[in-house]
Amino acid sequence: MNNIFVYCEVEEGVVADVSLELLTKGRNLANELKCQLEAVVIGDSLKDIEKQVIPYGADMLYIIDDPRMSPYTTAPHAAVLIKLFREEKPQIALMGATPIGRDLGPRVSSALHSGLTADCTSLEIGDHEDKKAGKIYKNLLYQIRPAFGGNIIAWIINPDCRPQMATVREGVMRKEILNSNYLGKVIRLDVSKYVSDTDFAVQVIERHLEKRKINIKGASVVVSGGYGVGSKENFKLLYELADVLGAEVGASRAAVDAGYTDHERQIGQTGITVRPKLYIACGISGQVQHRAGMEESAQIISINTDPEAPINSLADYVITGDLAEIIPKMIRYYKQNTK
Amino acid sequence: MRVCQQELKFYICHPKDSNSYKITMKGLRIFVLAKQVPDTRNVGKDAMKADGTVNRAALPAIFNPEDLNALELGLRVKDEIPGTTVTILTMGPGRAAEIVREGLYRGADGGVLLTDRAFAGSDTLATSYALSQAIKEMGNFDLIIAGRQAIDGDTAQVGPQVAEKLGLNQITYVEAILGIDKSHITVRRRLDNGVETVKAPVPLLLTVNSTAPDCRSRNAKLLMKYKHARTVTERQDAAEDYLYLYDSRPFLNIQEMTVNEIKSEADQLGLSGSPTKVKRIENVILQAKDAKRLTAADEGINDLMRELIESHVIG
Repeated sequence: MNNIFVYCEVEEGVVADVSLELLTKGRNLANELKCQLEAVVIGDSLKDIEKQVIPYGADMLYIIDDPRMSPYTTAPHAAVLIKLFREEKPQIALMGATPIGRDLGPRVSSALHSGLTADCTSLEIGDHEDKKAGKIYKNLLYQIRPAFGGNIIAWIINPDCRPQMATVREGVMRKEILNSNYLGKVIRLDVSKYVSDTDFAVQVIERHLEKRKINIKGASVVVSGGYGVGSKENFKLLYELADVLGAEVGASRAAVDAGYTDHERQIGQTGITVRPKLYIACGISGQVQHRAGMEESAQIISINTDPEAPINSLADYVITGDLAEIIPKMIRYYKQNTK
Repeated sequence: MRVCQQELKFYICHPKDSNSYKITMKGLRIFVLAKQVPDTRNVGKDAMKADGTVNRAALPAIFNPEDLNALELGLRVKDEIPGTTVTILTMGPGRAAEIVREGLYRGADGGVLLTDRAFAGSDTLATSYALSQAIKEMGNFDLIIAGRQAIDGDTAQVGPQVAEKLGLNQITYVEAILGIDKSHITVRRRLDNGVETVKAPVPLLLTVNSTAPDCRSRNAKLLMKYKHARTVTERQDAAEDYLYLYDSRPFLNIQEMTVNEIKSEADQLGLSGSPTKVKRIENVILQAKDAKRLTAADEGINDLMRELIESHVIG
């Protein structure tokens, strides 16, 4: 009772990174609140799945293992969580802000009449005073997130309703194995007690998963292009620079929408979050939504013809000029200086 | 039902006659959930105040972009299946009637503005409660289509919560409708890591991505037809000259629903019906760093690369 729950997504037998990141965060919150961390995995062919989850510090892992549970559809997963949460009464429930989490979270929170905050960038524990009602709430979950297109940061709380639910995007929290020998209990639930036949009305007929061919999150240097790059042709310059530096190529949403490069390279609030040693922004104006995906880079270079581009205020180096002139020079001088 | 993988256009396939694209289905009743939002996408210098915060009043109010994608999918069903009606439902202050008009200009058949002080301060749960109660008054439907998320809240919660409250199946991240027959709809979903083809029975709620087809532009004839469309409240402030129109042209009446027109519990509405509360807001202020400024001049670039190499950032 009154514990922290993390819903873990699983694809082809592998627990998603975002879920592992949330387990680590959940473990820290549980330590602070002096309660337990519980996890739930729902899918198919989940033998040994506990080996992926328990080492992150889960005291309890609930498993529903049934072929009908994969691929994900809303009703069966929601039915499991709704019933499980009604039985176990968590104080906090976390899930990844993925297409699954954003489909499942609101469904569950609506059924339980609990509050849900999406895309949190930070979670903290704190108190709240409701002066009007003369009430003090202790140890609430502060759900901190950008809103209004990223122009404000809001602290959201659910004083009265439980569980306090939040979704968090991949890469926002860091995952860390607590103890590979952690002792957690595994409970395999009987699926028939949680779902009924009517929950399977929606059917996935076909799926085409595209495995991520590139690893931008892990790159120590990222060369990123925005709308200012101007064309798919010009984007090739960025690939050349990245090649020479051993970097990965990223892009702002505007560049992706304009067709300069692929969606999987998109960095920002609706894309990937990166924290490289060096982020080279080329022709990126720096809308708040983009900054959300790269502002924690150790060093930032901004190349832009506009000396007042918003991203310049984040940058360590601001190069004002035409990237078609600047990038080839960067390549030349890099080669010269590394001979 | 045969499922057709044609990009961006969908076919209605009759189960008995797989060669025929003619349909003997009766039209569908579609509700499109839409929201009027401030245009937060391109907060330019004009909308920034001297202290570095956003001047919200300076942002224009627009039809939420993904709701336009939702409207387009509804209109495409209407194109294909005669007798289909598309009704816009929006919850907001009086001026949100503007997006009902916008929907009419693009091809919707009618619209409802759900508006009342009692809804003020609603979080997504209270909003979806009010919308669901309004939908219960709007009669039967086959499909509810909503944009995936609004650009001010960015939560993507209202669609699924409305579906839950109405006991409907939901499919989110929809990019295209691939097929419809008397009992089922087949859609293509675009997810982060791939696509899915999903089939579900109607009635159903769909939320639509921005990767779905863009909404068709305003139709000149419809603009002329609907430009005087008004809610009851708007008419109270209207110029005398046009008031006669509303009797002779009932289609110019935009239905207004308040708390009186829906069944609801007061403690489920507005601030009281909102489990989530905003404790605090901070403006994101752009603080300029002490940056090194360069031009495209060779010497500067050379020094930059040397500096980065020497500090082991690169190379």
